[in-house]
Amino acid sequence: MSTQYPALIVIVPLMSALICFVVGWWNRNFCYKIAVAAIAVSFYSSVVTMKDVMANGVIHYWVGSWEPPWGIEYVVDYLNGYMLIIITFISLLAVIASKKSVEKDFPEKAPAFYSIFLLLVTGLVGITITGDVFNVYVFLEIASIAAYALIAIGKRDHAPMASFNYVIYGTVGACFYLIGVGYLYMVTGSLNMADLAKLLPDLYNSKVVLVGFAFLLVGVCIKMALFPLHMWLPDAYSLAPDSVSSLIAPLMTKVSAYVMIRIMFTIFQPVFSFEMLPVGSICGWLAVIAIFVGGIRALAQKDLKNMLVYILVAEVGYIVIGISVGNRIGLTGAILHIMNDAAMMACLFLIVGAIAYKTGITDITQFRHMNQKMPFTMAAFTITALSMVGLPPACGFFSKWYLVLGAINANQWVLVVTLLISSLINAILFFRVIEYAYFYPHPEHGAEEHVHATSHGHAEIVMNEAPLSMLIPILIMATLILVLGPFSGKIISSIIQFAIPAGF
Amino acid sequence: MEVVSSITPLLTVLVSAVGACLILATGERNRNLRESWTIIAAVIKFALVVSMVPLVLEGKVIEFTFINLAPGLPLQLKVDPFGMLFALLASTLWIATSFYSIGYMRGLNEHAQTRYFFCFAVCLSATMGIAFAGNLITFFIFYEILTVATYPLVMHMETEEAYLGSRKYLVYTLIAGVVLLFALAVIYSMTGTLDFTPGGFLAGHGIHTGLLIFLFVLLIMGCGVKAGIMPLHEWLPTAMVAPTPVSALLHAVAVVKAGVFGTLRIILYVFGPILLHDLGVWLILAYVVSFTIIVSAMLALAQDNFKRRLAFSTVNNLAIIILGAIILTSNSITGGMLHLVNHGFMKIALFFVAGAVFVKTHKKNVSDLDGLGRQMPLTFGAFTICALGLAGVPPACGFISKWFLCLGFLEAKEIFFLIVLLTSAMLDIAFFGPIIYKAFFAKPKPDVSPHFDEAPMLMVIPILCATAISVMLCVSPNAFVHVFDIARMAAMSILGAG
Repeated sequence: MSTQYPALIVIVPLMSALICFVVGWWNRNFCYKIAVAAIAVSFYSSVVTMKDVMANGVIHYWVGSWEPPWGIEYVVDYLNGYMLIIITFISLLAVIASKKSVEKDFPEKAPAFYSIFLLLVTGLVGITITGDVFNVYVFLEIASIAAYALIAIGKRDHAPMASFNYVIYGTVGACFYLIGVGYLYMVTGSLNMADLAKLLPDLYNSKVVLVGFAFLLVGVCIKMALFPLHMWLPDAYSLAPDSVSSLIAPLMTKVSAYVMIRIMFTIFQPVFSFEMLPVGSICGWLAVIAIFVGGIRALAQKDLKNMLVYILVAEVGYIVIGISVGNRIGLTGAILHIMNDAAMMACLFLIVGAIAYKTGITDITQFRHMNQKMPFTMAAFTITALSMVGLPPACGFFSKWYLVLGAINANQWVLVVTLLISSLINAILFFRVIEYAYFYPHPEHGAEEHVHATSHGHAEIVMNEAPLSMLIPILIMATLILVLGPFSGKIISSIIQFAIPAGF
Repeated sequence: MEVVSSITPLLTVLVSAVGACLILATGERNRNLRESWTIIAAVIKFALVVSMVPLVLEGKVIEFTFINLAPGLPLQLKVDPFGMLFALLASTLWIATSFYSIGYMRGLNEHAQTRYFFCFAVCLSATMGIAFAGNLITFFIFYEILTVATYPLVMHMETEEAYLGSRKYLVYTLIAGVVLLFALAVIYSMTGTLDFTPGGFLAGHGIHTGLLIFLFVLLIMGCGVKAGIMPLHEWLPTAMVAPTPVSALLHAVAVVKAGVFGTLRIILYVFGPILLHDLGVWLILAYVVSFTIIVSAMLALAQDNFKRRLAFSTVNNLAIIILGAIILTSNSITGGMLHLVNHGFMKIALFFVAGAVFVKTHKKNVSDLDGLGRQMPLTFGAFTICALGLAGVPPACGFISKWFLCLGFLEAKEIFFLIVLLTSAMLDIAFFGPIIYKAFFAKPKPDVSPHFDEAPMLMVIPILCATAISVMLCVSPNAFVHVFDIARMAAMSILGAG
């Protein structure tokens, strides 16, 4: 307990949320700066904490110096240290990129926006850092309520309705989680994860524990939008303002996936989750359906953002496949995919925001000549698209490689085939957009357009790139997508292999 | 085999990637500068490849490892004789194609030239990566990059036909990629390694015979799409909608040759002769490619479009290369590998001719070529030499490779395949003969100029160079950077290990 950095990760965004709101009355231009600074501090603290973990092992931070299992304990190990860096980094880019679209869409609500945004980040890092199951619930609610508010903050007609829908689903999910926690508390008298992990193995035959486990898992599945509990997600995320969806879409589902991994591998032992209960095969099948349903619904969309939210449903399936195969290599793939998918989704949603901000276009069929209007944004889009399809050397390929290997090792051939086919579905989805953006002269006027194009060299289309505050985060993300791929071996050998419970 | 660690293989891959970035940065503003990046990158690449030849001839293997993707799974470049052969072919032809492309693109005043040259350079990077890939995963990574980088080139014309062609291309190659990935994942989880080993590495891991055969089918399907093995060849003639230099380099050299190269790697370096003999699958593949050889030659007879006729001739020759390898004797493997190189030089000359005719006269069909030989004697003279060479007639190099193939088939006592090869040579004459006849002996059409009126020199000179190299490779197979010795070494290393 040498440093205070683990606390700073959570406290700084939380306090800044309050400051932001107060300062907003006086001058709302400060809010953006406060938010960026707060998240930057949080990111820096996460990096320092992670370094500390890599040097000295797991960090236990007792909030208010109360000893666990009575007090709340923050535990940072390789798994959540890694998650914290992902969350804070993507939040940082999302908040930087949000500047212009907030100024354009709802300038009068900027103080509210940034303070709720910071609360959402607080919730996400809180869920991840804490070592206490009840504290997870508290942060889960902070994050969810902030998310409900942010989704409804925009001017889109149906956004409040979508948000309300999400409130109902989300509350049921949180409720289920809380009931699960209650059951576990009933039999063990403890809320601390490490303590629970020690006490529970003797009680694996108890019906109470079984029911508690089921409630916890279903609650988390609602939050992570695993089929068939995904119904709230497409509307909520696609109707949210662009500045919000680029934060929520990449992170909310990933954090819930993290909680799922914690429940199945830390609080309960894999023996219970996979050998005593058929959770693996149930989740595996649901993931297969999620991937196909998400992919096919995405095929039916003309609006880029709608397409992405359905792809997100499918991507949740990928992570769940990695978890459900119940072997080391599959879990490696899942954890790697949490990072890769967060990066890809963040990049894609930032791009959607940039294009909508600059041109107002969200319909794919109107993407014509987008490569000349916004060449850098579209280059980033292409890289991300190739990664989503799973083409090397972008990072999407590498997590898919581990997921496929995991499924083969578990002899789950249906999962292998699903993963491979879904790459092809993604190929159709993304090459369609690329075709419109880069190559599309209306086929019916193809010949005439071609003559026109050769004689003028498309001179009439002016470059109209997104503002730097949006473009730079997009380009950083796209570069990372390319760089993370070849380095995934390094990431696995230095972080992820220690994040997986020993002996599993 | 002695292993030398060196950064040169990486540089050969990177040189055109850097070139691609410079091309993109320069853009339309300064066309001459942009084109000079292409030429500079091409020349440097060729020099780098040639600089590694002496080491390879000494029997050393040059290696460069980027990074470990997983235990036993490095991202690794390794220069062995077979890879060297392919790299030499691709890097030599890139120089010729660069000059030719400039002549072609400017001659037709094409649009989106920056995109075109950018993608071209990326393709060449990927091709080098394929040639020097030390294991299946590295091969796969570059193979997929090649797929993606070729797609905009096929799409280049942006017409309805180009859409269909490029979509079909993507559908075929991406499905093939997925199939390949599946096979790779299974092999890796069974053996824990994917390193290419002369003579194969799959034997002795206790993999069930049925599964081995299944894997062989998957891998051959994965590479066979690009190699145009029937019935997976359908995309190739449709992709001929691309500009001619693209068809020339990518569909006669880089893409399809990458497919054939991959197929040969799988036959010789993953499974290996002994395992294939034990499994008995070699004979089935030999029959499949024999079918391809005959049927594609017959289909070529039926094509009136000049480039489509050449496309089917490509399918035919690719199958001949694979047939050479799958017969698994030292002479047939040598012949197959030599044909990989020889066919590249001859076929690129033929495609260049088709492009030169198109730029000069806007004629696309064989039936319109009447009397053009008088107007363009250099172009059609080169065409005659190379076309006959493909059929196996000296003085072009097709003779040498077919000679070794015949020797190899006799050595294996496979008379049936010998007959297939000779029949296809006759069919070659049957579909190239009319072109030569029309060009030189038919009554000229009224629009043909009776005087000497050639295509731009930037196009004619590459044609003559490719033809000259083809002839040189026949007269003295070792004169051009020891191609023959390298092919021989590759064949020996495979059989020596087995």
